[in-house]
This record gives sequence, C-alpha cells and structure tokens, in this order.
Amino acid sequence: MNTPNPNERLRKLSLKERYAHLTRGLDWQPTYQDKKKIFPFTDYEGIKIHDWDAFEDPFRLTMDSYWKYQAEKERKLYAVIDSFAQNNGQMNISDARYINALKIFITAVSPLEYAAHRGFAHVGRHFEGVGPRIACQFQAIDELRHAQTQIHTISHFNKFFDGLHDPLHMYNRVWYLSVPKSFFEDAITAGPFEFLTAVSFSFEYVLTSLLFVPFMSGAAYNGDMATVTFGFSAQSDESRHMTLGLEIIKFMLQQDEGNVPIVQKWIDKWFWRGYRLLSIIAMMMDYMLPKKIMSWKEAWEMYFEQGGGALFNDLSRYGIRLPKYHEVAKAEKDHYSHQAWSTFYQYSHASAFHTWTPSEEEMTWFAEKYPASFNQLYRPRYDYWAKAEADGKRFYNNGLPQLCQVCQIPTFFTEPTDPTRISTRTKIYNGERFYFCSDGCHDIFEDEPEKYLQSWLPVHQILQGNCGGTTVPEVLDWYHLNQGADNFDYLGSPDEALWENWQSARKRVIAS
Amino acid sequence: MTTTAIGTYTFPSRDRIENFHGLQLVYFLWDKHLMFSAPITLVLPPTLPFSEILGEVLPNLYGAHPQFAEIDWSTVEWELDGVAFIPMPTLTLTALGIDHKSLLRFRTPGLEGLAQASF
Ligand SMILES: [Fe+2]
Ligand SMILES: [Fe+2]
Ligand SMILES: [Zn+2]
Repeated sequence: MNTPNPNERLRKLSLKERYAHLTRGLDWQPTYQDKKKIFPFTDYEGIKIHDWDAFEDPFRLTMDSYWKYQAEKERKLYAVIDSFAQNNGQMNISDARYINALKIFITAVSPLEYAAHRGFAHVGRHFEGVGPRIACQFQAIDELRHAQTQIHTISHFNKFFDGLHDPLHMYNRVWYLSVPKSFFEDAITAGPFEFLTAVSFSFEYVLTSLLFVPFMSGAAYNGDMATVTFGFSAQSDESRHMTLGLEIIKFMLQQDEGNVPIVQKWIDKWFWRGYRLLSIIAMMMDYMLPKKIMSWKEAWEMYFEQGGGALFNDLSRYGIRLPKYHEVAKAEKDHYSHQAWSTFYQYSHASAFHTWTPSEEEMTWFAEKYPASFNQLYRPRYDYWAKAEADGKRFYNNGLPQLCQVCQIPTFFTEPTDPTRISTRTKIYNGERFYFCSDGCHDIFEDEPEKYLQSWLPVHQILQGNCGGTTVPEVLDWYHLNQGADNFDYLGSPDEALWENWQSARKRVIAS
Repeated sequence: MTTTAIGTYTFPSRDRIENFHGLQLVYFLWDKHLMFSAPITLVLPPTLPFSEILGEVLPNLYGAHPQFAEIDWSTVEWELDGVAFIPMPTLTLTALGIDHKSLLRFRTPGLEGLAQASF
C-alpha cells in the first residue's frame, strides 16, 4: 500500500499551471440536459467556433492573484482619496469650470461602468468556452469596482459643487444622457460575440485612449489628483480588457472564415456608435478643461488615424479593413467639438452642467488648433453670443432638437463635404418615417430596424407626455435637476460664487 | 434586414402617431442659420393650416435671429423630406402631405446667416 507521507510538501503550481487548471477540463459535458439549453446564446449570431480551447488569455489571470492585485490597488486609491479630502484638494484645481468635466464623467461614464459590469456578468455566464468566460467574469468585477471607485472619488466634489448629486437617476432620464445609455443598451442586448466586439474591441481597444486621455490627463493638468488616481487604478484593468478585445476578435477570425463578414459588420457599426458617443468627450476636452492637453483633432489624429491605422493594417491579413465611414470622422474632426458645444450652449437651461462662451485666450488656442475652421465658422458665433449676453439677451433655443433615431444625438452634425449644411438622412420603414444624423446611423438602422424603432428618444418622450409634464421646469424636476443651480451658465452660478469666495479668501491669506 | 435575435422579434414603434394623442410631429430646419444648431421638433395638430406655421410657429422658433424679420416669404424655397415643395398657406398639414415626423427645410435666398459664417 502507498501511504502518503504527511510531511511531504506539495509543490506550488506555476502561474501557467494554475491558469490551465482554472480554464481547461473544469467544464463537463452535460448528459441529461441539452447543451443548447445551457448556452442558448452561442449560435444565433452566426459565429462558428470549432475549438473553444484555442482561446487563451495572455494575462493567465487566476483568482488568487486577482484578489491580491486588486486589494493592493484599492488600498492605495483610498489612501489618496482620504488625503485629498483632508487637504481640501478641491481648492487646488485649476478653475471651477473644470468640475463640469467631472459632471459629464459621473453622469455619462460611471453609469456605463456599471452597465459594463452587468454586460460582462451576463456573457461571463453564457460563453460556452471556459477561457473567455473566466476573462469576462474578472472584467465584470473590475467594472463594478470602477463604478464604485468613481462614485467614491467624485462624491467628495459633490459636497461643494452642483450637478453631481443624482447621476444614476439622471442617466436614466436626462435627454443628452440617453446617448451613452442607448449606446450601452444596444450592446448589452446583442449576443455575446457582438457585445465583446462592441465593448471590448471597438470601444476599449480601438477608442479607449480618446476617453481615457481627456479625462485622466485632463484631471492631472487641472490639479485633480483624486481623479488621476482612480484613473491609474483602473488603467491596469483596462490593459487586460483591451487584450481581451483584441484576442476575442482574432479568435473569431481564426475559428472560421465565415465569421469575417459578421465581425466586419459589427466593427463598422460599433466604430460609428463609439465615435458618435465621443462627440461629448470631444466637447469636454476642447471646452471644459481650463488647462488643455491637446485638441480633439490632435487626439483623433494620434489615436485613431495613426494608432487605429496601424491596428487595421495588422488585421488586414484576416480580411478585416478599416471601419466604414472612418473618412467621415476625419472630415468632421475640424468641427466636432465646436458643434457639440454650440448645441449645449443654446440648451444650457436644460443641462445638468454649466456652459460659457470661450475666453479670448481660448479662442486664440482654437484658431491655432483648428486653422481650417475656427475663425471662419465658430469664432463669429461666440463673438455674437458673448455680445448678446453682455446686452442682457443671452441666446437660448426655444425649440426641442430633432434627435437621431440611432445615436440619439441632436442632428447637429454638418455634411462631411459642407460644414454649413446640417446633415440629415431619412428612411421609411413599415410606413413610418425615421431620421438620422448620418449615413453611419442610417445604415445601422437599416440593418436592424426592429431594434431601433424602440428607441426611447427623450424629445419624443417629452412630447408624448411621459416625462413629468409639458413645460421645461416640470421635465427638469422629473430629471432631479436642481434648477437655478445645476443648469445655465457658469457665470452667475453657485459654483462660480463658491470658487470666487475661495479665491478671495486665499488672496486675503497671502496679503496678511 | 431582420434583427439578429433568438426568436421572433417584432415590436410596435415607440413613436407611432397613436402615441401623440391626436397630434403629430414635424421637424423644421432653417438652412444656413446654424445659430439653431439642429432641426427643431414640434408637436402639432394635423389640421393646422400652413398659414399658422408661417404666422405663429416659425416666428416663435426663429424670431430671435436678426435676419428672421427680413424674410420675404414669397421667395422662400421649401423642401419636404428632401423633395422640393410649394406649400399653400390655406391648406392643412394633412392636405399638404406633411406626415408624422416629416422634415420641412427652408432656404431664404439672400439671407445666408451672420458674419458669412452661415450662423
Ligand atoms: Fe471600466
Ligand atoms: Fe473596462
Ligand atoms: Zn446618429
């Protein structure tokens, strides 16, 4: 008989072995249940997988190392947040206008982190292969952590500034927040492969720098060390998420040639949806950062035209090309942020953040960064509006904007070939007319009209009487928007009054 | 195309005309006047005569623009959902074929916005 020696120590498994044990052979083949019933979402998108074990997570992450890393990051982050609060870090930011970038972040981005948590928890259950399933489960926890740490960090600013008090409620109701909400709900209601193409590849891999750089470098440039720290804390997770995005794309493309056109169609769609979502970020980066990092145009050139160009060059060996309408994005880069800000400026009465006309110094910077468009088209607007404001006739738009049926953004974009002409596209489906902002959104609708005819378009919902009443104040109440504090211009706002108070107190201290 | 789904997938449109309690939507867009950044959505009775659009609706939406008062309405060029269109002031929206969620785009020759910026 072979008696085990109780004194013999078990050899510790290597990381690779541990990962192998976690992801290989742990599943079983069901005998009394149909596998299709256990994994009902595997086939219907048309993606064919022949060997699930061919998927390998390059990080080979296992439970024990995951908990260890994440706990360490949490400890560091909360130490920074505590000291930021103790040292009144909110007083050391560049200018209180900067807080408006955080208002966009907490209402438009943090709820997406939570939505991502739900999406990854879902595919983490429903992927048939253990490798991708485990990777998605880790990501589901990451995304929940991101939502939590962001809420914790920004809650400090909520003690002083307006517009930060009810982000999840606003996310579900406020007109411009239906843009991020509908983006994510479109992804989450797709099948698992489309979801990963949308979120992990198109958004996290291809477009992520265009979200991350404006907020995190923007925070660093503007003295917000708390936000910088949660950015760093999320960044190492993000590199794992990006890798999952790239690996899953390559996996689908390698598994079956028939997958290529399906994946290409999704890349086309999700590039366009992600790019449209970024119009809000373009505006935030050019207009809301008192100390600017780079222009939207420069960021687009660096991170998409160059970085994305190299990536798609690489993917061409699988038969994948650049996403459709990337040339439209190129043509729009001179106008994107300016058109978005002009829109929010005229609807400032209905927004949960402040607007302003840019200073002369900022307009000089815009003219330098946007030589082909700013002085010709956009400076005259701000000159006119600033003068109207000075004359006591601040301009507001009296009407509600038409919204794109797909991206839900007001149809304010101009034709790629003519920046003085508003671009609209239309289509009749089942006897009903629909409008879109662009060919990109039109094509997405045309491919799956039944999905987008359910769009909850805030303007149409208001006019159907579903949003608390028929007047603007009633609707804003229904949004939980604190009227007179959250909305209107920065000049004259309680935010401004508080900031000026801090500044003069500081001057008194220096003088004495 | 049909939506990729696990079963049959048909839904009523969320913005079908029945949901507007007897009214309909119409979008308006004044070309070359980007002070108004996007087309404007209005909910109107289908029986509204076009003269009311000219006399009430548009002044309320666009009157803040200094060029609005200068418009000579006899020279205005209209497009209904991308097709050239001549509205008879006495006719109603329905009689003119302005359906639910139609876009009326109008150009005012000689009035091309402020500061040569189509603004
Ligand atoms: Fe995240
Ligand atoms: Fe992520
Ligand atoms: Zn759109």
